[in-house]
Amino acid sequence: MSASNQRVAFRNARLIDPATGLDTRGGLLVENGKIADVGAKLFNTADPHDPEVIDCKGMVLAPGLIDMRVFTGEPGSEHRETLASASEAAAAGGVTTIVTMPNTDPVIDEAALVDFIKRRAAATAKVRVAPMAALTHALKGERMTEIGLLLEAGAVGFTDGDRSVSNTRVLRRALSYAATFDALIVGHAEDSDLSSGASMNEGEFATRLGIPAAPTTAETIIVERDLRLVELTGARYHFSQISCRASLEAIIAAKARGLPVTCGVSAHHLTMNELDVGSYLTFRKVSPPLRSEADRAAMVEGVAEGHIDVIVSSHDPQAADTKRLPFAAAAFGAVGLETLLPAALTIVHNGHAQIIDVLKTVTATPAKLLGLEGGKLAKGAPADLVLFDPDEPFVLDADKLHSRARNTAFEGRKFQGRARMTFVGGECVFDRAKEKKH
Amino acid sequence: MTSAAPAPILQTSHLLGIEGLSAAEITGLLDLAEDYVKLNRAADKKSSLLRGRTLINLFFENSTRTQSSFELAGKRLGADVLNMAVKNSSVAKGETLLDTAATLNAMRPDILIVRHQDSGAVELLSRKIDCCVVNAGDGSHEHPTQALLDALTIRRRGRKFEGLTVAICGDIAHSRVARSNIHLLSRMGARVRLIAPRTLLPADADRFGCEIFTDMREGLKGVDIVMMLRLQLERMTGALVPSTREYFRFYGLDREKLKLAKPGALVMHPGPMNRGVEIDSDVADDLEVSVIQEQVENGVAIRMAVLDALARGLPKEGRNI
Repeated sequence: MSASNQRVAFRNARLIDPATGLDTRGGLLVENGKIADVGAKLFNTADPHDPEVIDCKGMVLAPGLIDMRVFTGEPGSEHRETLASASEAAAAGGVTTIVTMPNTDPVIDEAALVDFIKRRAAATAKVRVAPMAALTHALKGERMTEIGLLLEAGAVGFTDGDRSVSNTRVLRRALSYAATFDALIVGHAEDSDLSSGASMNEGEFATRLGIPAAPTTAETIIVERDLRLVELTGARYHFSQISCRASLEAIIAAKARGLPVTCGVSAHHLTMNELDVGSYLTFRKVSPPLRSEADRAAMVEGVAEGHIDVIVSSHDPQAADTKRLPFAAAAFGAVGLETLLPAALTIVHNGHAQIIDVLKTVTATPAKLLGLEGGKLAKGAPADLVLFDPDEPFVLDADKLHSRARNTAFEGRKFQGRARMTFVGGECVFDRAKEKKH
Repeated sequence: MTSAAPAPILQTSHLLGIEGLSAAEITGLLDLAEDYVKLNRAADKKSSLLRGRTLINLFFENSTRTQSSFELAGKRLGADVLNMAVKNSSVAKGETLLDTAATLNAMRPDILIVRHQDSGAVELLSRKIDCCVVNAGDGSHEHPTQALLDALTIRRRGRKFEGLTVAICGDIAHSRVARSNIHLLSRMGARVRLIAPRTLLPADADRFGCEIFTDMREGLKGVDIVMMLRLQLERMTGALVPSTREYFRFYGLDREKLKLAKPGALVMHPGPMNRGVEIDSDVADDLEVSVIQEQVENGVAIRMAVLDALARGLPKEGRNI
């Protein structure tokens, strides 16, 4: 872990750089934590003068993943997850930058707290941590935060995390003010009144289970409302996660009108539908709820066609006290940092999308939206890298997760492709070969 | 100030705003005000121009500064000045604006100075009242004498309006001072820049022929005059601006930002200032650049000029209605 000033040579890799469309056999050289060279002809033969050579054996070497939606428990709920434990999970998942949500205790709504997250991350976390700050004080949806000062402190975006601002006038002003600084606003599309008390997607299955449910309309109403406000204010706006076709269609139309909007989807909503709730599996109670199969298929199509810009894990660690409860009483959320890459690759293996397009949604695009240096295999870029065999089969075992909380929605699921090695600033932060066998 | 038959300056019997004024009318008022600056600096400041005339100050919104300025202007011109304290009047007891107009008509004033919190209220009153009306600020609409005194201050500092670049910074959306200044400066040939966060810029601000800046540093580059506006307290607490400290960081005029303006640029403020919010004391108190005290002095002179100009249109004979 002290090798950041050394040279590391990767040879015999399948280089995939979504930022430039590169997908080729070749090599990559790391020097002083940055990518010093990259290309098809690099290190075709091993050079004994290179102090450390990693033979990639044809596996994919790509920019480390950037996960735009990660909840941790630090500060305030460290028993669920700390920045350190989240970073362990991230490293094991090939994620080199986690974008943290401000929904902590206290809420990250002051410049000093952004600074706290950055310092704690520098002292304890293995991967990069890019904090988002609250859009409104204490996430109450009443008063905007100090967007200018928070940006200067290092906030990469502004969001109320798992809730939307219900007061349209407050949101209009916050968007308008944010546009002054070209700040990125990240919205959660869910009408809190329409979805109040709901635990599932409204439909036949929820009816059979007898679970209170909310329609997709609760999401689409907010999507359409916020698009109107973007049109009015010119704010740069990203929908954190959408989950249904109607929302996607509204966003496609808005993009066609030239509005500065983008959207994301969670790995859960690409790989599961409402039927996966099965017999009241609370680990599959997520927000927004898992939707119909038609909506899931629309999400996959959205990624494949480039209308959905970002895939997130929506990592939300919950402990037994909030999850081992009757379905309606259980908390929303599932951990996801370690399954982001495997779950995203599912749609590649199913033949729905190209691997470079899928990788783009977790590397180049989030980097561009957030103004981060990483997310690309370019000379001078930070050497944040993931090495993985996209075909490696495995069965997910929750007990082997690195996250402090184990509430995965994918227990027992068969996947193909997971991180072998992860590098942050040229340092190896995860090597599956050195993992303890359980 | 011989007044055998002074030439008329204003085409109208009221001064409700700058928007309706021509460049000639504005120049006429500024020229006249120059004489009153001299008079105000003399030992005997009294003129008898308005002797026998009655001037009523009717302020629905408190403003010690503007009210005293008009009171002093009226008294120095020899008028009888009455300050109607609205707080204790029948208006506070539920009388409508038009009832007030009728009451005032019965008192037969010659000039009425009105400040009102609602845009358009002064004009409404002017239609129902038989004397000259001066708008001393209505809502977010106009404050013509402020713009005139600002212009006088600029001119007395030797600046020509033609080709001058003036930056107006702050709460443009709610400012009557900004609106009147935009009209006046544009009419006189100056270039006006508006600098504010988007929440404090009015809709379609670009339609006023001004350049719009949301980055104060960009907006201040090379300007001749920096006009700061007062940020109302109720706008600072998260509704339109997150906090005073954030506002000061990005939109407060301090020495560092002022350096971007043209060397010798002047700093103006209509007062009262929020130190540490829109302006740093270091700049506000520097008499090399700050003309804030001169604005106050010129305020009395310009108001005397306005009263003088309006009095020229007053009937010489009594009315028997």
